[in-house]
Amino acid sequence: MTLLDKLLQLLVAVAVFAAVMGAVLFVADRARGRRTDLVSGLAFTAPALLLLLVGLLYPAGRTAVQSFFDASSAGFVGLDNYVRIFTQPDLVVVLRNTLLWVVITPILSTAIGLVYAVLVDRTRFESFAKALVFLPMAISFVGAAIIWKFVYEYRPNQQNIQQVGLLNQVLVWLGLEPVNFILVEPWNNLLLIVVMIWIQAGFAMTVLSAAIKAIPSDIVEAARLDGVGSVRMFFSITLPSIRPAVVVVITAISIAVLKVFDIVRTMTGGQFGTSVVANEFYRQTFRLSDLGMGSALAMILFVLVVPIVVYNVRQMRKVDAR
Amino acid sequence: MTVVDNPPGTTAPGFADPPSRSAAAKKRLTSSWASLAALVIAVLWTIPTFGLFLTSFRPERDVQRTGWWTFFANPDLTLANYGEVLFGGSQPLSGFFVNSVLVTIPSVFIPIILATMAAYGFAWTRFPLRDTLFVAVFALQIVPLQVALLPLLEIFVGTGLNGTFWTVWIAHSIFALPLAIFLLHNSMRDIPAELVEAARVDGAGHVRIFTTIMVPLMKPAIAAFAVFQFLWVWNDLLVALVFAGGTLDVAPLTVRLANLAGNRGSNWYLLAPGAFIAIIVPLVVFLGLQRYFVRGLLAGSVKG
Repeated sequence: MTLLDKLLQLLVAVAVFAAVMGAVLFVADRARGRRTDLVSGLAFTAPALLLLLVGLLYPAGRTAVQSFFDASSAGFVGLDNYVRIFTQPDLVVVLRNTLLWVVITPILSTAIGLVYAVLVDRTRFESFAKALVFLPMAISFVGAAIIWKFVYEYRPNQQNIQQVGLLNQVLVWLGLEPVNFILVEPWNNLLLIVVMIWIQAGFAMTVLSAAIKAIPSDIVEAARLDGVGSVRMFFSITLPSIRPAVVVVITAISIAVLKVFDIVRTMTGGQFGTSVVANEFYRQTFRLSDLGMGSALAMILFVLVVPIVVYNVRQMRKVDAR
Repeated sequence: MTVVDNPPGTTAPGFADPPSRSAAAKKRLTSSWASLAALVIAVLWTIPTFGLFLTSFRPERDVQRTGWWTFFANPDLTLANYGEVLFGGSQPLSGFFVNSVLVTIPSVFIPIILATMAAYGFAWTRFPLRDTLFVAVFALQIVPLQVALLPLLEIFVGTGLNGTFWTVWIAHSIFALPLAIFLLHNSMRDIPAELVEAARVDGAGHVRIFTTIMVPLMKPAIAAFAVFQFLWVWNDLLVALVFAGGTLDVAPLTVRLANLAGNRGSNWYLLAPGAFIAIIVPLVVFLGLQRYFVRGLLAGSVKG
């Protein structure tokens, strides 16, 4: 395709979309009399509802069904795919890794974000300091993975060969042997998790910083007059006051972590015992063409996400209600 | 953590000062430790990006043989890497950059228009099953997009749209709708009913109320979602791989970079500038629209 072809495709899309929407609004506008509301209401909502039905609801249902079928979705296999996920050794490793991600990432990102938010709160350089930690949020997971791959980069320890990765150079400066970190199972999982923490800490910091600023200042002042120190202030005033926001942050990061795919794929491709459910879903579905297993993994993801989302939405309501 | 109101001379720790003085001393002590801790975090968070940024400007042979920190002993910068990665070779990055732009624009505008209209329908018109349908849309937010990818791809293959921009546009638009409708519905409900009533008395129909009252008042909410959706689409890898990964014609930057990074013996002198070309656009949006950026991000934190 030449650039011209591509632009043409864009123009056609804009024209088609504008024509459809124009027709819909025209129909909504022509409705008169007692049925005005019915016709307009349907006209306004139907395009979105139709797309959701075809593009989300039906596919989700089909995936659920396919998860009970074999690789080519021809023969019914019952719960076989699910049994394999929980018994086949390499897939059990995938589940273990996902568990590692979900336990470690939200806790550490939130802790770091919270501590940082408290530390820079009401200092002279607050907005600049916050921007530094927040910036990784704007970077794609692919970009972040590349940035960190470079940090972990390893060169064999020979004469005349220098390390180009910062982490190994630090080891060399300390007089230690360089390590090919990415290959060290199972610790390499932690290196990948670091990338996600690096990204999500900014998110945690932003939300929690807003929550901290919303604490009534008379409470803080009263505590300060009573001679409460910084550490006690944090644990007995700050933390209890922002508890709902902390829960929202932890659950939101957990949801993002469950679906993490880009980081694993870019850094290791899921090799060396670092695959997670979302990555394994992609590999099984699109690389190995095992549609049954891919669908079952997608359903596992779905089942894991649902309770966290429900809990998150409830907490969010609580935060909003304040 | 200001210590302005403390008189000088209270810094000596370890003495049995009166409570207020010892508290002040303790506070100042923790304050300097606190500054140090904040500084350490800030440096740790910045160095990896800075390292790659510096690398992207170093000559090829320096990049392959030494780390970026040696730059300070041996400064030598060039733009050649950017030139080569953007325009050199058989698959120049500039083409993928254009693809990213072409993928992103409709994928942001289509769902915004669809969702604003749907939000109006759910908020200000009355039709049977309206609330049930809205709750259903709201509930769809929990569906991770992985669950929908394969069947949607099968549908696209069936229609012969596969391998064009259309599939990516439609997929991104659909996946954005539940969150967009929910957010825009919330802020549309906040618009005072008197405004709508007044317009109705003047004889305005739904379409006129929508275009002349709602859309102008909804601008901040729309902007917040637009920024969020822009970042989501620009930075997305999964949807792009599934619906556009097969054809270089349509593949955006993220797909190309992920492939470059996957090659053995990575060419860091190309990967570093490549990554920065992909990063710079969302970074500019972030710096320019920080207010909307944060709002959109918070609102979309549970998107799947």
